[in-house]
Amino acid sequence: MTVHQLRRLTPPEEALIASAESGLAEGDETRRNAIATLRRDGLPHRRIEAWHYTDLRTLVGGTQRGLIGKIIDAVLPTSEPSFLSPLLPGSTVVDLGATATPPASLPAGVAISRSGAMPDWHEVVNHLDRDVDTIRLVGAAFGATATHVSVTANTDVEHAIELRAEPLDNGDRGFAICDVGAGSKAVFVERLSAGAAGALSTGIANLAIGDGAEVLWIIDQEKGERETHLGQLNVTIGKDALFRLFVLNAGGALVRMEVHAETLGEGADIQIRGVNLLRGSQHVDVTTTLNHTVPNTTSTETFRNVVTGGHGVFQGMIKVSKGAQKTDARMACNTLLLSDDGDFSAKPELEIFADDVQCGHGATAGEINADHLFYLMSRGIPLEAARALLVKAFVREVVEEIEHEAAVEALEARIDAWLEQ
Amino acid sequence: MLEIKNLHARVADTETEILRGVDLTVRPGEVAAIMGPNGSGKSTLSYILAGREDYEVTEGDILYNGESILEMDPAERAASGIFLAFQYPLEIPGVATMTFLKTAVNAQRKARGEAELTTPDFMRRVKASAADLKIDTEMLKRPLNVGFSGGEKKRAEILQMALLEPKLCVMDETDSGLDIDALKIVSDGVNALRSPDRSYLVITHYQRLLEHIVPDTVHVLYKGRIIRSGDKSLALQLENEGYAQIISEAA
Repeated sequence: MTVHQLRRLTPPEEALIASAESGLAEGDETRRNAIATLRRDGLPHRRIEAWHYTDLRTLVGGTQRGLIGKIIDAVLPTSEPSFLSPLLPGSTVVDLGATATPPASLPAGVAISRSGAMPDWHEVVNHLDRDVDTIRLVGAAFGATATHVSVTANTDVEHAIELRAEPLDNGDRGFAICDVGAGSKAVFVERLSAGAAGALSTGIANLAIGDGAEVLWIIDQEKGERETHLGQLNVTIGKDALFRLFVLNAGGALVRMEVHAETLGEGADIQIRGVNLLRGSQHVDVTTTLNHTVPNTTSTETFRNVVTGGHGVFQGMIKVSKGAQKTDARMACNTLLLSDDGDFSAKPELEIFADDVQCGHGATAGEINADHLFYLMSRGIPLEAARALLVKAFVREVVEEIEHEAAVEALEARIDAWLEQ
Repeated sequence: MLEIKNLHARVADTETEILRGVDLTVRPGEVAAIMGPNGSGKSTLSYILAGREDYEVTEGDILYNGESILEMDPAERAASGIFLAFQYPLEIPGVATMTFLKTAVNAQRKARGEAELTTPDFMRRVKASAADLKIDTEMLKRPLNVGFSGGEKKRAEILQMALLEPKLCVMDETDSGLDIDALKIVSDGVNALRSPDRSYLVITHYQRLLEHIVPDTVHVLYKGRIIRSGDKSLALQLENEGYAQIISEAA
């Protein structure tokens, strides 16, 4: 018999667990298990490599954020989510909340159902992580249950499907399992809007893209300035399928956004673009794992970060399995540091077990280019306007690569609004 | 129009003195050419006129319409009518050329208390000027100068000049990197903008440009000072004799 020496939990960990327990019902064994595991393992800390730059044990409950995971009796929606207009016009809005009713009408070929399935925390994606997957564990401990969205084969879904989790007082609990059938096309928007101060939200999605299918997935994260968000997107990409992802992080006090993608068939293509906007004392971490497991697959990944304050983190891992020849993977992380008050840590990780591949990564950090600024000003554009034009240009370059007119317009409007604040 | 008085300037970082007492006057409508060997301070002079921060003026003054511009930033100088055509125009990815042109034109109009141009009005002006300079409007849909050839960049500079309607145009080696045909188009563009109330400071290595843009005065800059001034025949003399003779006479 093994005896675990139980570590004394920190007060924020205790509060988090108490908050998770407050909604626990009789017979809810999976959730009870998740809470027990959380009690046993607590939150990850900096000695766990995958969490080195985002020490949750210290950061959760930090004084800047107020007490996270507050204990509440009744879990009630803090706002009516339907008041928000969707990011993209004409979208089908799907509420991921446990008590939500599916939309009255759905596009042809799209089906939505709910089940009691919870995120499975037993399998970790990254070998630099501990034995349990933290984000899925926290999601399960708070009772996230699945909403299934399926798109049948050979369907071109004209309008976007917007996924929202009803914001509850202690955070929202989105868990979506999405299946896009072979040869289909779909656009998903994961809308992570502001909830209550002090809330800790989890947003988990598992996406399976069938052979020859194309998915554009947009994560629009605009949590409130005193909220924590732990997000995870797990994607499998079939033969000749295309996965395009755009991540916008424009809010939240403490954010960890994980993306784990795996190519299942030859010809799979991954295109990830993202913009992280940081100010004040925000801590925003984007961690991605791209698994090239079969030959002839490609990935490009570019993040652009604008930092006026706070701490940014990018951890990008590219894994190429043995036999995954002709993999072509490119990754870049570029940061514009607009003030001495902020910092950004970028950690590219390449793990290659094949000998005929092309993998590249690059990270840059710098200020606004003085030559560019002078050129614009020499044409009469005043200093502040010239700076704003250059900052916008820096992020627009990646937004425009989405190649989806309505999405580009909507995201640029979001970004402009942030920059003008 | 422009009076440069005993101008001394150095590189801010290294404190290397580049200009060592430049005196130069340019009258309204005058085309003044500045010639000089490499390293004489020609480009530095153009950057200082435009207000680049990498240089600091240690002595002397620059008067534009009788007032010192030393305290003005580059945008204020531009709005007052000073334009620098760059030797190497910058490529700025992510900034659409049209957005840039419209922002610049309207920023200057606003600074001068004039009404901003409406989009149709602005487009009409751009199309007319672009046609004169044989600029394909497709080119203007690209990000600013990105992927433009050397000749296209120089023509785009003249397009900006035409739209901004400056009063003092400083042209820094506009001929560099241009073939004969492009040189002709650019020079025609400049000549079309010549007027009694618009002055030019044309900086060049070679007399070739001055056959197309005929100057009223020619000044030789050497080691940060004007060592000889004359009319257009001075450019021809330099072409034939090189700088050595004039330099030794000045020494």
